[in-house]
Amino acid sequence: MQECVLKIEDLKVSYGGIQAVRGISFEVNKGEIVTLIGANGAGKSSTLRTISGLVKANGGRVTFMGEDITGKDSTEIVSKGLMMVPEGRRIFPNLTVLENLKVGAYLRNDDLSEDLEMVFHYFPRLKERSWQAGGTLSGGEQQMLAVGRALMGKPKLLMMDEPSLGLAPIVVQGIFDIINEIHSSGATVLLIEQNANMALHVADRAYVIENGRISLSGTGKELLEDEKVKSAYLGSGGKG
Amino acid sequence: MSGKKSNLPALTGIVILFLFIIFLENIRSFIPGLPMIFDPMSPLFTVLKKAAVYSLVAVSMNLLNGFTGLFSLGQAGFMLLGAYTYAILTVPSAMKDQVYYLFGGCAFQFSLVDFFQGIFGSAGAGYAVGLILSCLIAIILAGVVAGFFAFLIGFPVLRLKSDYLAIATLGFAEILRAIFQWQTLGPVTNGANMIKGFPTFTSFNITGAGGQVVLRLSTFVPFLITTVCIAIIVLLINSSYGRAFKSIRDDEIAAEAMGIRLFTHKMLSFVISSFFAGVGGAMFAMYVANAQAKAFTSTMTYEILLIVVIGGIGSVSGSVLATFLYVACSEWWLRFLDSEQYIGSFKVPLLRNGFRMVVFSVVIMIIVLFFSQGIMGNREIDLNAIFTGKKRKSGSQGK
Repeated sequence: MQECVLKIEDLKVSYGGIQAVRGISFEVNKGEIVTLIGANGAGKSSTLRTISGLVKANGGRVTFMGEDITGKDSTEIVSKGLMMVPEGRRIFPNLTVLENLKVGAYLRNDDLSEDLEMVFHYFPRLKERSWQAGGTLSGGEQQMLAVGRALMGKPKLLMMDEPSLGLAPIVVQGIFDIINEIHSSGATVLLIEQNANMALHVADRAYVIENGRISLSGTGKELLEDEKVKSAYLGSGGKG
Repeated sequence: MSGKKSNLPALTGIVILFLFIIFLENIRSFIPGLPMIFDPMSPLFTVLKKAAVYSLVAVSMNLLNGFTGLFSLGQAGFMLLGAYTYAILTVPSAMKDQVYYLFGGCAFQFSLVDFFQGIFGSAGAGYAVGLILSCLIAIILAGVVAGFFAFLIGFPVLRLKSDYLAIATLGFAEILRAIFQWQTLGPVTNGANMIKGFPTFTSFNITGAGGQVVLRLSTFVPFLITTVCIAIIVLLINSSYGRAFKSIRDDEIAAEAMGIRLFTHKMLSFVISSFFAGVGGAMFAMYVANAQAKAFTSTMTYEILLIVVIGGIGSVSGSVLATFLYVACSEWWLRFLDSEQYIGSFKVPLLRNGFRMVVFSVVIMIIVLFFSQGIMGNREIDLNAIFTGKKRKSGSQGK
């Protein structure tokens, strides 16, 4: 029996009167990469923001490492080991690369040098630029920094919101290679993507979200073969 | 990563600066023939004293506006609290009836100066120790009172953002000024009249038996206090709290996602900034030798905001540099524009009373146009590098 890291039960989120998430349930087990795919406005990001405490849920339950974290504030959630790479990178532009990484470890009081080494091992580019302001990095490097910053918090579960957003295909490939590498070192990852092709290739399991509900689930391979997914998200329906 | 950096060169540099200041203000006692500019009453020392006071307030405002991204305009209000706290606590009892004569004496009879003179005696070294202790405690309490009020108004006000926060804090400062001028509070605040008679910077001059000045320290004292306070602020900015402040400034949502408690950190920055504004206010009272609410208008806040913008938002050394330039321009270097000047027999046109402010405004416009980031941007002058002559890889080469 696999250990369940994150369990979402019937999660509902709404902004004003608009329901963004209408009852989603899924789980992430230890050591897995799980991906949620879906179109714009399907409710992917809302789900992620609710899990990390930036938005309050209207109903349902979020359980992390066997503990109910529904409605807890983000500081508490981060301190339990749930780190997020926010959508659109959101690095701190006027802080240096090194400072950005240190902010990622803000709630930790132990020695950071080992984790800095690890981040610099994954992203040698960041080591070269550690004294440069975050805002001067290219888009791909900023994404690396955002991932590195989240890793500095020693997450038990790393959540990524659209790491491929606005990046060239070759850069996206590089980011996904690193996600794979991080995963193979034992990390658990929850990945949210519009780039379904890339996401399904790295994922152990995947869920498709439509209009705030889960419409389909399965292993990454299964969904890659699925006709509905092919036509709606992979752009090869009918012909392939 | 970064090993323990040695700050010894910077400390040495500061000590040398202190010695130089003391030397400068006493030079005319050794060499009487020197030009008038070295006279203790000359504009040079007015500028040095005022700039020392203002640079602390500018840095405290920069901590809030430049490093935490909270656009607050309450600085004059917190200075007012500091100035009055210092003045009320240190006016000697003997002076109180004279100062508060309109209100038939002061309702608050305690005086720190008398208290310490009671312990250490009122002459010689005992007097000096008493003076230093009473001023030190009064200055710290001035900061505490300002910080406490910041804490109270922080709860409603810090939920606001950008311009709304600026308007709310500006309003707070104006309300405070009105309250301190209120006649009903006269027995404590002396109404709209000034409180005077408390120890000022000149009280720190060491005098001989006949009352003549042996060693002047009246410029050194504000430098010392300001340097200590700014050093504390710099240490704070370089700590993990400082990083949290800067990350809130850069991106609130990302900072929250990293687990930083936004409200707690904003409050912390607001209270600390106000504490040092209060200390600055106490020093301002010492500098002008009186405390009067009408001095702490919103114009004062704008003046300090201007200094922060000119120096570079997010640069401590920029703020200090800009303060000295600003104060020197407004109090000294441009003064000649206010009176009629002759080159030979040619009378320079336009020069008359008030023309200085015209030129001053133009200078400021030029600075803002050509240095849109301020003099320093968000870079810092590295004191260690200056005094050792070598450049260190610094974390602040932003551009």
